[in-house]
Amino acid sequence: MLMVVLAVVCGAGAIYGFAVGPAGAQKGTSVNPAPAAPPTSSAQRAQIQRGRTLFLDGCSSCHGNDAKGKQNIAPTLVGAGSAAADFYLTTGRMPLSNPTDQPTRAPPAYNRQDIDALDAYVGSLGQGPAIPRVNIAMGNLANGLSSFTLHCAGCHQVGAAGGIVTGAIAPPLNDKDITPTQIAEAIRIGPYLMPNFNANQISAQDINDIARYVRSTVHPDDAGGWGIGHIGPIPEGMIAWFLAIVSLLLVARLIGEREPE
Amino acid sequence: MKQSRSPIGELVVVGALLVAGACAVAFVLLYVFDSLNAQLLGLSLGLALAFLALACVVAGKKVVDQTKGVEERPELVQEDVEKEVAEKTVALREGVSRRKLIIGAGAVAGAGLGVAAIAPLASLGPDNVSEILKASPWRKGVPLVDDSGRPLSADQFEVGSWSTAFPQNADKKALGASVVVVQILESEVLENKQWAPRGIMAYSKICTHAGCAISLFRYPTYEPTSQPPALVCPCHYSTFDVRKSAEVVFGPAGRPLPQLPLSIDANNNIVAAGGYVGNIGPAWWGVRKGT
Repeated sequence: MLMVVLAVVCGAGAIYGFAVGPAGAQKGTSVNPAPAAPPTSSAQRAQIQRGRTLFLDGCSSCHGNDAKGKQNIAPTLVGAGSAAADFYLTTGRMPLSNPTDQPTRAPPAYNRQDIDALDAYVGSLGQGPAIPRVNIAMGNLANGLSSFTLHCAGCHQVGAAGGIVTGAIAPPLNDKDITPTQIAEAIRIGPYLMPNFNANQISAQDINDIARYVRSTVHPDDAGGWGIGHIGPIPEGMIAWFLAIVSLLLVARLIGEREPE
Repeated sequence: MKQSRSPIGELVVVGALLVAGACAVAFVLLYVFDSLNAQLLGLSLGLALAFLALACVVAGKKVVDQTKGVEERPELVQEDVEKEVAEKTVALREGVSRRKLIIGAGAVAGAGLGVAAIAPLASLGPDNVSEILKASPWRKGVPLVDDSGRPLSADQFEVGSWSTAFPQNADKKALGASVVVVQILESEVLENKQWAPRGIMAYSKICTHAGCAISLFRYPTYEPTSQPPALVCPCHYSTFDVRKSAEVVFGPAGRPLPQLPLSIDANNNIVAAGGYVGNIGPAWWGVRKGT
């Protein structure tokens, strides 16, 4: 009897998974994501159900009642994966008041239990990236700096103080509230205009290294004594202009002075 | 009038002038034989000017007499006084011994720096610069490799990812070597679809504005509420629309990034399908636009 019930439930889950329509442009995943594996325990089913209730209440006005998105307002969440849901919710980027704004970091709108439920619901919509596991104790700081310079510093600056691309702000990462898990999620899903990186480009070990490096930028070791904001060439150039030129003027004044008679 | 003499100061001036001349000559030789070594060119010219400045400072402080000659002027022009002051002024020059040596050293420095200033005019003339700029290791069938030399597989990319790649077995530092590889949806590719198998495409990593390395790729999570995919240069934010063969949509660049046509070989590795389309390397303002 129990086996029959389980089989029926699993079958229903599979049908539900297949019922989701063709997804739109989903980065970080295949274009037509495979259906997610059906939940295997009643606790998971209850979790997904609770997530769906929260979703209908707080997210469906933009993402639609079926989470397949609304034309020109919000993307489909089918195949987005629980990693994307967890990133956007734990960093307070979602819910977003105006769909055309860049989502920015804010205090999360949901508590941890609600986020877990919403993660489970979005993860159940179609196969997408799961929440990555990070262990910064396993990370190598030097390799992290090297990988960060190669993949991330173009936008976020080598000191992780943030920067800009045309049309968006690359947020600062030297913030004590940013968790290693959020760093890993952002690398895998590529939020907003950020590109995404899969395990071929940035391995799980690279993520440990990068997360360790990014955490170290919260309290940077300023070998020169003064970080000048850690945002690179503009303040450094201003130091050259305003301090170096003043000292050159002083030198010019001194060598131009006549000796008293 | 005091007749001060400073043989040591004069020697310092002569020495500094000769060193300045030697540095200027070194600049000319470097320019002729090693013209791409900008650091040494800058160092030699900088030292020449620094030693010239040193010679001027020492000459002003130690060699030329510092005594002031004051012309009393109780009345209007008095020819005899004027004549006297003129004689005194001439007499001051006698305070410098070895005038000829100093003038000779000054001539050496002046000649050296003069030639150093004129020599770079040769850069305006005909030479093989355009050949150097067009040189590129990319040919049809050359595999793309990552920075550690492993071939790039088409399977390791996914939509919205990007990577820097190099030609296999070639000098990575050559101007024409490095490319950025991106993948977008095949349906998003609007121009030259035949160069972008599976939506994977490669462009020169050298910005066509000032030659910085293109290191920013933006790919929208949801394009209708944000921005289309583009490569962006971190120096001046020139923005290239990858859907339209890197057309410039923002910033100072005057022409698109040269595109490297791609194909996928039997082993699923990404290989070049030909050489660059367009000139690689920087061009300021609108120079070489459209060529």
